[in-house]
Amino acid sequence: MSSTSVLGGVVRRREDPALIQGGGRYTDDVKLAGTAHVAFVRSPFAHADVLSVDTSAAEAMDGVLAVYTAADVEHLGSLVAQVPVGALRPLLNNGTVKHVGEAVAMVVAEDPYVARDAADAVDVDYDALAAVVDLKHSLSDEMLVHEDMESNTLISWTGPFGADADALAAVKAGIDEQKSRDDVVVVSQEMINQRLIPVPIEPRSVMADYQVGYGRFDVYSSTQIPSALAGAIGKYFGMALNQVTVKAMEVGGGFGCKLNVYNDEVLVAFASKQLGCPVKWTETRREAANSTIQGRGWIATATMTGTTDGEILGFELDGIADMGAYSQNFTVAIPFLGVFVGSGQYSFPTHWKMDCVTTHTMTTDAYRGAGRPEAAYYLERVLDMYARKIGVDPAEVRRKNYISASEFPGAVSPMGFPMDTGDYETNLDAALESAGWSGLLAERDAARAEGRHVGVGIATYVEVCGFGPSGLVDLGFSWAEYQMPSAFNGSSLVRVHPDGSATVSIGTGPSGQGHQTTWAQIVGDGLGMDVDRIRVIHGDTEEAPPSIGTFGSRSAAVDGSACYEATQKVQAKAARIAAHLLEASEDDIEFADGGAHVAGTDSSVGWDEIAKAAYQPHVLPEGMEGGLEAHAIFSPGNATWPFGTHIAMVEVDADTGDVRLLRYIGMDDCGNVISPMIVDGQIHGGIAQGVGQAMFEDAVYDMDGNLLSASLVDYILPTAVDLPSFELGRTVTPTDINPLGVKGIGEAGTIGAAQTVVNAVVDALESLGVTHIDMPLRPQRVWQAIQDAQA
Amino acid sequence: MKVSMSVNGRQVSGEAEPRTLLVHFLRENLGLTGTHVGCESSYCGACTISLDGQAVLSCTMLAAQADGADITTVEGLARNGELHPVQEGFWERHGLQCGFCTPGMIMSAVTLLEENDNPSEEEIRRGIEGNLCRCTGYHNIVRAIEYAGAKMRGEEPAPAEWENA
Ligand code: FES
Ligand code: FES
Repeated sequence: MSSTSVLGGVVRRREDPALIQGGGRYTDDVKLAGTAHVAFVRSPFAHADVLSVDTSAAEAMDGVLAVYTAADVEHLGSLVAQVPVGALRPLLNNGTVKHVGEAVAMVVAEDPYVARDAADAVDVDYDALAAVVDLKHSLSDEMLVHEDMESNTLISWTGPFGADADALAAVKAGIDEQKSRDDVVVVSQEMINQRLIPVPIEPRSVMADYQVGYGRFDVYSSTQIPSALAGAIGKYFGMALNQVTVKAMEVGGGFGCKLNVYNDEVLVAFASKQLGCPVKWTETRREAANSTIQGRGWIATATMTGTTDGEILGFELDGIADMGAYSQNFTVAIPFLGVFVGSGQYSFPTHWKMDCVTTHTMTTDAYRGAGRPEAAYYLERVLDMYARKIGVDPAEVRRKNYISASEFPGAVSPMGFPMDTGDYETNLDAALESAGWSGLLAERDAARAEGRHVGVGIATYVEVCGFGPSGLVDLGFSWAEYQMPSAFNGSSLVRVHPDGSATVSIGTGPSGQGHQTTWAQIVGDGLGMDVDRIRVIHGDTEEAPPSIGTFGSRSAAVDGSACYEATQKVQAKAARIAAHLLEASEDDIEFADGGAHVAGTDSSVGWDEIAKAAYQPHVLPEGMEGGLEAHAIFSPGNATWPFGTHIAMVEVDADTGDVRLLRYIGMDDCGNVISPMIVDGQIHGGIAQGVGQAMFEDAVYDMDGNLLSASLVDYILPTAVDLPSFELGRTVTPTDINPLGVKGIGEAGTIGAAQTVVNAVVDALESLGVTHIDMPLRPQRVWQAIQDAQA
Repeated sequence: MKVSMSVNGRQVSGEAEPRTLLVHFLRENLGLTGTHVGCESSYCGACTISLDGQAVLSCTMLAAQADGADITTVEGLARNGELHPVQEGFWERHGLQCGFCTPGMIMSAVTLLEENDNPSEEEIRRGIEGNLCRCTGYHNIVRAIEYAGAKMRGEEPAPAEWENA
């Protein structure tokens, strides 16, 4: 076991001793004396007029403290959204409810069991109305989801980015013109990228503690964005930011669904302020399905136009994305993230259009990958169909159409975005080598010769993450609603204490990424300090400088860079102090092994002595201020663009439709790697979620807007027996837009996986005539596709 | 009603409603919040504890049904400051990320290894099939359990994958 803190080395995670002994402090574990508990009354209808809400029976129950309806909270306004296009969510709705699970009333009781009983006793009279669920139906505007809006289409995103209508038409005309050539084939397929439920294993939970007399809030929440929640609560209750503390101590997985300020968080705070006691709510699994954001939900037609020898002349995507009933944090912006990566690793002209429509279903928003897995899915599926049609090795078709490494730095994607760094061919070669590509194909063919249906699939992806620059706020992407002037900064404060230990406080939140370890590694590396001497404070708006939290694979690239820069500042001052103490030149000072050394000599001074001097101004160099700490804000000049190649091998039982994933090879490039152990872990989990979408998961609504897969019986997650051990490798192409050279890895696995698996399954069923199957590839659906192809 | 049981080697008793779930009794009455609630409907395994030597879901049992039982929760695994080999395996082989499934996963793994301390990868995967993890893709959980099995057999665990890299 290595215990050094060198970047790129392995350090056991510092968060683990608590988590493996049951000591982890998640929101629902927090106990405060006199805590009251919340249960919500939720609509069982997707679309209904609320005729009456009778709370009298509930209010009369023993132990019930209050029952709130819409009238009680109307003065607070609706839930805020970063991109406020579409209808905003009422905190409680006693008018016309717009999806199953919408909150109608809130019960607060002394005991959680009593709260649930009382919620059942609230009598709501509904007049059910017809619901809009199907995306094409919504697009037709035959029936409006919100009667006061002119259309169900909230916004249409097009690519290339920034192209006006004429320029878009010219791109389209350019592609169309090629279609009539003799040596050109056109492949087109409508595909569904189904809705998903994020399902972190920890349900969301929030507890608000309004401190009477002090006039301030402590809020505990399983949120990915503590600063935003603090800003929102400050805004709702007219309190300065310094009067609201949000703590997200441990968060049991987020995956984007905790990247929202929810109405329940505001309502729990409201109840605490009204009642003058701590108030807590933890969602049930069914509530999580119906009232926490979902992801994906696209239907689109992908069209690939290319020559018979593999030169692609154009890619088109035309589709509809489901926004659900209300716009929350990022809702309508999610498909826009697809625009960024719409042309993947490739140089061919791309024409892209997604209509974002509202429906009588739960809101969609950022779920791991958020717009990018969808975009990559369509591109890589149709690219595979095209390769199959022209009979060329799918790996070679991809290679032929790459943006070449020589175009970096300075490459601009066909979608109009400047990209940081890339070397796709090297990555592809590494993946093929790691998989033993030709051997793999031979193995597949041998299995087929025995009558087995074995398939190999390959897919590549480009991700965009670690967003910046902060000037994006001028394009409307601000977090002003949450009192954050810019969403695109990282922020970190590094302090050396008088005993020579250090604390780094940082605006990220913990939800499994190992930040306790990674940030300590960055600081430890810069200061030559053992990681065990460094404490990390995060997920706490009182102690950490404002930053926007953990999502979008941004933490290392943005906040990690801020952490690095703050460390550099501390190091620079410490070097002056050490030089003074050692009577050496500042330029000769190096930090390692717990202190400062004069290069080439055995003269050194430990951190205890440096720190002591820092707090004794009289021993410091003339004119130097006492103390040893620094703050840094890092605003990236661009987003980062990780990439990779994934390969899967599957076997299908043609009699039952059962799919077995035999091998999964991931070759990812996320730039420099701070902790290989943590990076691999992120990829494992990401792949599992992509495979989950490909094979199991499906948020199914019926035509009345009922979510049929609201429990974990019906919403199927991959278990340990469904997945193989993953075979990972990496190429390293550092980014040039941050000092660490890191790109981000939180979502990459998910972005790469679904199409890899589907490509493999279609390959396995090639001889049976199957060309496409919509996800999830559950036995029934695969079996049906085989029957249809054979018919 | 009054219920009594042995929890982590300590005799405890407390008041519970007839409908109080065992997991709530452990978390709320005894303050043992290491046992987590992920679904309250017996599908995620986050609430797994050891009851009379068996891995059971504490969300599918009433506190009253556990009267007189001998229970171990994740808090009771380490002895005299020394981690159980399964805990050690999860730490050494990065078997957890957010840590929310971890207590239940560890309790299932402990039972699994008590029955068979040299399981194949497939036996490990079957043994934890009832425990959902959304973070790790199970890859390193399997490695963690392999590590723990080796330790329990008195063998040297296989080196970590990232150390080979
Ligand atoms: S909480 Fe018991 S199985 Fe999920
Ligand atoms: S580590 Fe997060 S659910 Fe398993």
